[in-house]
Amino acid sequence: MSYFAGNYDCVVVGAGHAGIEAALAPARLGLRTAIFTINMDSVGNMPCNPSIGGTAKGHLVREIDALGGEMAVAADKNTLQTRMLNRGKGPAVHSLRAQVDRRAYSGYMKHTLELQENLDLKQAEIVDLFKEGDGWHCVTHLGAEYVAKTVILATGTYLKGKIYVGEYSFESGPDGMFPANGLNNALLKLGLPMRLFKTGTPARVLRSSIDFSELEVQPGDREITPFSYSTDPETIDNSAVCYISYTNDRTKEVILRNLHRSPLYGGVIEGIGPRYCPSLEDKIVRFADKERHQLFIEPCGKDTEEMYLQGMSSSLPEEVQIEFYKTIKGLENVKVMRNAYAIEYSCIDPLSLKPTLECKQYDGLFGAGQFNGSSGYEEAAAQGLVAGINAAMKVKGLEPLVLPRSNSYIGTLIDDLCTKGCSDPYRMMTSRSEYRLVLRQDNADERLMPIGYEIGLISEERYNAFKERCELKEKEIERLETTYVSPTEEIGDMLAAKGTAPLKTGASLADLIRRPQVDYKSLAPFDRQRPSLPEEVALKVETEIKYAGYIERQLIQVKELQRLESRAIPESIDYDDVKGLRLEAVEKLKKVMPLSVGQASRISGVSPADISVLLIYLDKKKGENL
Amino acid sequence: METTVAAVATPSGHGGLGAVRISGVDAFSIADKVFCSVSARKIADTAGYRALFGKVVNDGEAVDEAVALVFRAPKSYTGENVVEISVHGGDFVVNRVLRAVLDAGAVLAEPGEFTKRAYLNGKMDLSQAEAVMDIISAEGDEALRAGLEQLGGTVTKKCLEIKEKMTFAAATVAAFSDFPDEEPEFSGIDKLGSRLEEIKVELEKLVSDYDVGRMVKNGINAVIVGPPNAGKSTLMNLLSGFEKSIVTPVAGTTRDVVEETVNLGSVTLKLCDTAGIRDTEDTVEKIGVERSRSRMDTADLVLAVFDGSDGFTAEDEALSDSLNRDISLVVFNKSDKGQPDVSPAEKRGLQWVVMSAENGTGLDKLQEKIMQLTKTANLNGKAAVYLNERQRNCAKRSLKCINEAIDCAGVGFTVDAVGVLIDDALSALMEITGERVTVEVANEVFKRFCVGK
Repeated sequence: MSYFAGNYDCVVVGAGHAGIEAALAPARLGLRTAIFTINMDSVGNMPCNPSIGGTAKGHLVREIDALGGEMAVAADKNTLQTRMLNRGKGPAVHSLRAQVDRRAYSGYMKHTLELQENLDLKQAEIVDLFKEGDGWHCVTHLGAEYVAKTVILATGTYLKGKIYVGEYSFESGPDGMFPANGLNNALLKLGLPMRLFKTGTPARVLRSSIDFSELEVQPGDREITPFSYSTDPETIDNSAVCYISYTNDRTKEVILRNLHRSPLYGGVIEGIGPRYCPSLEDKIVRFADKERHQLFIEPCGKDTEEMYLQGMSSSLPEEVQIEFYKTIKGLENVKVMRNAYAIEYSCIDPLSLKPTLECKQYDGLFGAGQFNGSSGYEEAAAQGLVAGINAAMKVKGLEPLVLPRSNSYIGTLIDDLCTKGCSDPYRMMTSRSEYRLVLRQDNADERLMPIGYEIGLISEERYNAFKERCELKEKEIERLETTYVSPTEEIGDMLAAKGTAPLKTGASLADLIRRPQVDYKSLAPFDRQRPSLPEEVALKVETEIKYAGYIERQLIQVKELQRLESRAIPESIDYDDVKGLRLEAVEKLKKVMPLSVGQASRISGVSPADISVLLIYLDKKKGENL
Repeated sequence: METTVAAVATPSGHGGLGAVRISGVDAFSIADKVFCSVSARKIADTAGYRALFGKVVNDGEAVDEAVALVFRAPKSYTGENVVEISVHGGDFVVNRVLRAVLDAGAVLAEPGEFTKRAYLNGKMDLSQAEAVMDIISAEGDEALRAGLEQLGGTVTKKCLEIKEKMTFAAATVAAFSDFPDEEPEFSGIDKLGSRLEEIKVELEKLVSDYDVGRMVKNGINAVIVGPPNAGKSTLMNLLSGFEKSIVTPVAGTTRDVVEETVNLGSVTLKLCDTAGIRDTEDTVEKIGVERSRSRMDTADLVLAVFDGSDGFTAEDEALSDSLNRDISLVVFNKSDKGQPDVSPAEKRGLQWVVMSAENGTGLDKLQEKIMQLTKTANLNGKAAVYLNERQRNCAKRSLKCINEAIDCAGVGFTVDAVGVLIDDALSALMEITGERVTVEVANEVFKRFCVGK
């Protein structure tokens, strides 16, 4: 008994971190858009850690901001504590992370969706999805049938979700929400390659039950860097602190004694879990010789006493969880408010997606976030933004957005998923990018803001501010290259204090900055004409001068890549027709169906000789068509 | 095209001429570094479709007389600046020319790369492309076969060992950067410096020891052993083409080790003829026998010569027992005097050949067997396995990056820059096996480190 409920250009299923960006982008680009959530109070929920950013994830958030997404602004507005990780390890790996007020963040995102023109936010479970003619039909559990030109699936851990705690298991979404079972059947009926992944979360405990007196305190940074290029650092709250404690032999003993009661080790869970975010029992088994494991105790918000135990995820029975938590210093009398659990969910094999995040099999059907096999709020939001933009491009009949690996972590993330696939939930890391020194968190705006502006998600005002920053930077680099200092005693003292050789002759300020020991700030006393620059511009100036040689090296690699990247492979290609390709290469190419020769060259099992053969074949075909 | 590539453009083996082709923006300047014309004219100053006569020089030493053909972009096979250097044929000389060109800054061309460039520059007509495609795929198969053969070989094993260490070093940097919340000793970053030094030493060893140049220049240490008067010296003389050893019918004539460098196909043997191995009371001869035995212990290839017309003695049995199957070839000599019983070799799983050193029958068979033994890369230790030019090039590039990484860390740069250099070193090394760096590093992080959030 269904009824026709309306037409949309774009329907987004799920209002988590992927869904929010996936809905905001098309709505902001003028598409009539609807976003569905199973529970109106779970929009933008953080069912795991109450934080945004972290290594490589922080890069993603900056990139989302530069492209015109919402996550960075939302995180800045609801920050409890902010830290720039990896200071001292080099600009390529500087990563921003913020503890965020979980409920406030969710409320901010819900309100943003509500206020957005062209966007309808609805509470309903989509239980059926099918295509009729050009339209995708989305049917709710109450029989409302919406017809859309494009659909973006951002189902997170809701899709066929199942929670495991020791011997207990039950169908459920995250944080006690309903799971989405009907939709999974509809996707199987469409013939999509679905599979099960698993993830987990630690307990939330009552603040007043923790003895903080002997715990290490971790405060926020003194100097604040916001996620968004538009946020004034002064407006960021940075007052909260986190605490650090460690497991010990007794913790280990409790876990080993109860290991047989874990659904993971009992073989009950089929889903594949993330390697980088293992449960505590997993860590103890796999790294048996490690004496202790670290945990961070983090606040969940300003108006709650719930604390998050980062690093202590578990699927052991509730009473075992309580027992092992109590072995940890500071947690001797801990009161668990929400237990830790493992959750299994259904997702798609991303090799069935194009780098536009559209299904290869179905026009107009997109995926984003955990649905695509990734893990993490930031990875989800990044894909949501790209899927949303591409749904809009599709409806408008414009070229889709495919970001290359060489210009962004977002491009790297999507290329990894769609070219290499993933065998466990995919997490972004700086080591996944071969162009780390080029893809820094400080220059996300230079890499992506022109693209965001062209698409229409970056306002004139933001774009102008960006151009001003660029000008400031270039002028300052030019000035430093052409301003010389003579080898005075003062400079000699400063250089000696920093452990670097004295000047023999005059040198440009840039020459001095190129020395690893010397930074931009320490040259201020010898640089009277120095203009007053925003902190982030000064940092960029220093980085680009100091690392010029290494950056140049990476740019050469980027150029090499672009040669092959710019050679498109038509979708109609028949690899069986390509004479000279090895059988393995044919199979792999057929499965991945790369869009460009560059993408093809990254598929494992495709050799340089195969690529040569492919290039020649493509030219031959082009000649025939003329 | 950013890079300038080079490769041998003529088929391998003995030919009247061999040519190395250089293609790319820097083709002329690279060629000028290795080629000196008699007229002192520079290639860079030479018009297209012109030839210069002169010589190829490497490390200040003349390699061979040569003719350099100059093609100016776009009027060349690839559409780029091209120089073809022709020298007198033979793998040895041509490989040395290629070596010189690569040392001067060219990158070794991948299979099909010239064609790829020709095509990319719009120089290829379609029927040509079809034909070349067949050749490329054939080459690919051959490379694959060669790769498989090498898989069990020492060079691959050695590369894998270094790769593992390098991946670990890269993973150390990755873990240090990607998991900043972990405790300081977690990543082992403090040991990075010593790990890099270790890798450097091994790479240097790889480049020098496993160098095809060393094989070609110095030859494979091959030793001829056998009982007295089995015809060892006759064989030596046959191989080296003139009388070096004193050949007499009296058993025990050769009392010391005689050395000779011999070219056999594309392989150079540093051959030594040894005193016949037998129990003897003669003091001088005794020393000779001892030397023979110690030569056998350090040899890369052992040719054990027996008189096949004479049956196997107990001494022959003892000598056969001491032969290493992987590096030894049993030569049943004197086939002109009678057909041998090959079972003593067969039952020990030893390679064998029947020949007459006296009249030369079976020499081609001997050559074939020696080639087989030296090519399977299973010969004793370092000399047996060699890097081909491509592999050597990868190893050299890898070493360069590791040196840069060490310098970079040494002058106090941050680990992100060091990490990028290690990645580059790793991808250069991994080109040998065709794997990719980022996946490897990520896997290594998961394998080696306990991480969590």
